[in-house]
Amino acid sequence: MMAVLTADTLTARALKGVLDSPKATVALSVCILLVLAAVLAPVIAPQNPYDLMQIDLFDSKLPPMSRGYSGMLYILGTDTQGRDMLSAMLYGLRTSLAVGLTAGVLAMALGTMLGLIAAYMGGRVDALIMRFVDLMLGLPTILVALMILVVFGQGTGKVILALIFVQWAYFARTVRATAMVEAEKDYVVAARCLGISPARILFAHLLPNCLPTLIVIGSIQVANAIAAEATLSFLGIGLPITEPSLGLLIANGYQVLLAGIYWMSVYPGLLLLVLVFAINVLGDRLRLVLNPRLAA
Amino acid sequence: MSTLLKVDDLRVWFETPAGTIKAVDGVNLTLNRGEIVGLVGESGSGKSITGFSIIGLLDPPGRIAGGQIAFDGTDLTGLDSESLRQLRGRRIAMIFQDPMMTLNPVLSIGTQMIETVLTHRKVSRAEARQRASAALGRVGIPSPDERLNAYPHEFSGGMRQRVAIAMALLHEPDLIIADEPTTALDVTIQAQILSVVQDLVAEMGMGLIWISHDLGVVAGLANRIAVMYAGRIVEEGAVDDVLDHPRHPYTQGLIASTPMANQRGEPLRQIPGMAPRPLNRPEGCAFRPRCAYATDACLAEPDETHGTARRWRCFHPLGLGQ
Repeated sequence: MMAVLTADTLTARALKGVLDSPKATVALSVCILLVLAAVLAPVIAPQNPYDLMQIDLFDSKLPPMSRGYSGMLYILGTDTQGRDMLSAMLYGLRTSLAVGLTAGVLAMALGTMLGLIAAYMGGRVDALIMRFVDLMLGLPTILVALMILVVFGQGTGKVILALIFVQWAYFARTVRATAMVEAEKDYVVAARCLGISPARILFAHLLPNCLPTLIVIGSIQVANAIAAEATLSFLGIGLPITEPSLGLLIANGYQVLLAGIYWMSVYPGLLLLVLVFAINVLGDRLRLVLNPRLAA
Repeated sequence: MSTLLKVDDLRVWFETPAGTIKAVDGVNLTLNRGEIVGLVGESGSGKSITGFSIIGLLDPPGRIAGGQIAFDGTDLTGLDSESLRQLRGRRIAMIFQDPMMTLNPVLSIGTQMIETVLTHRKVSRAEARQRASAALGRVGIPSPDERLNAYPHEFSGGMRQRVAIAMALLHEPDLIIADEPTTALDVTIQAQILSVVQDLVAEMGMGLIWISHDLGVVAGLANRIAVMYAGRIVEEGAVDDVLDHPRHPYTQGLIASTPMANQRGEPLRQIPGMAPRPLNRPEGCAFRPRCAYATDACLAEPDETHGTARRWRCFHPLGLGQ
């Protein structure tokens, strides 16, 4: 019951804060729209870009708004295989969001866990975890992810693993800092005075108080994960070619960009830009309204 | 009246890079069931540390360096942390100064109270809720059942302190340590809280240590008063006796410093000088540099007098015709 109650008021507070700002409202609408588009891609896409039977090689490299051999309208043009760009982008968005969200949420879970443990245990455990965090934060994200993928090979699962590996440290550091500040507060001393067990204090008292911070870095890190996945795929070592994400679409289009066939990379690029930008605007607004120091 | 708590020669030290701070340096204190002892003194005199030592929540670098805390016959200084945790909240509870800070802001009052009940008792959630509601009712919170769903920020300061007291009372503890619980409240609310507390102690027969720097509050509430200075109890006795006939010059100074004791229009009286720094306490009687009665005898450490009803640590006790 308590979790529901807490979540309710927190959600209500977050939603109200977002709706109070026109900019954030637009960002939220865009996010919802894009998630819906990704989820409903098989229903709303003009064609299934993975089904070779639906793709006509004669329709390749058609510019936007042109009609194909079969009379089909390609709103955003076609790629070198004659695939409808709009459909490919919708499916790509699906892959990008799935990978980004999964990696972001798992990194958050892992980082939060380690951050709380570090804050609570202190001493050597804390030092060990935090030195590892320092190490991770000191290395360039993409470079580490690249190395992991080079060593372990391509694959959706491996990309997610690589993204978790490079992102958990951000959560761990922030959660540790927040939990340590919270642990100093009187309500924790009071809870200890009531004989509440350490595990309960950690998860029932400290964790909910870290939630606002977590939501904020969570949203930003999801955007980062999506962008990082796109980068990896663009470099050709991310997702397999059979499941093109937005990054892979951009990479494919890039090869013909200088030939004047702009639509193959520009449109997926714009979609990625809009997606990452919207999540960031939303995260920024959430940071503002969920920050207890800024809230009334 | 049976003895509930007997603190014997308690010493609490904080090891710091600059040296050892003797925050509590030989405190003796006895508390009977159904009795309220007011522990008064300036900031830094060690009164809160004494309270935290009793409930077993001294944080490092603080540690109990000597002495005993006999609670209902058991020496608390010898207990491991898990046994202490079992005692906390169930048999010993604490109330803090700032009710704004002592309740978790993101959990409803009900959640926090039910959790406290379930920590120490194997009962159903519904029963725990019942107990929580009853505890709220006991401290005079109207419609307690509904209020269980409310969050701390939905209560006023006085109501929040009532909630904190209700939480401390959930398991009907034998001993409550109240660390300046009314300091943050305005006077009318303070009076309400004091009367609630007084009724509860009388009704439930628990012992209460009321830590405060407000002599007025202690005078109206406590049975006995213990005055702390620089980590020691310098004077102890029945409230009226101590306030009417202070023996220790420091107690006399404290009483003279209360605005009520002063002449209208005259500058307020104060004790000259500053409380000694804990790392650099004077030899002998720690109050010596500020004391108008000090002599060379005070360079030695004054022992506690051994009367049971009335004790002091002074070579020149006042009002004894010396």
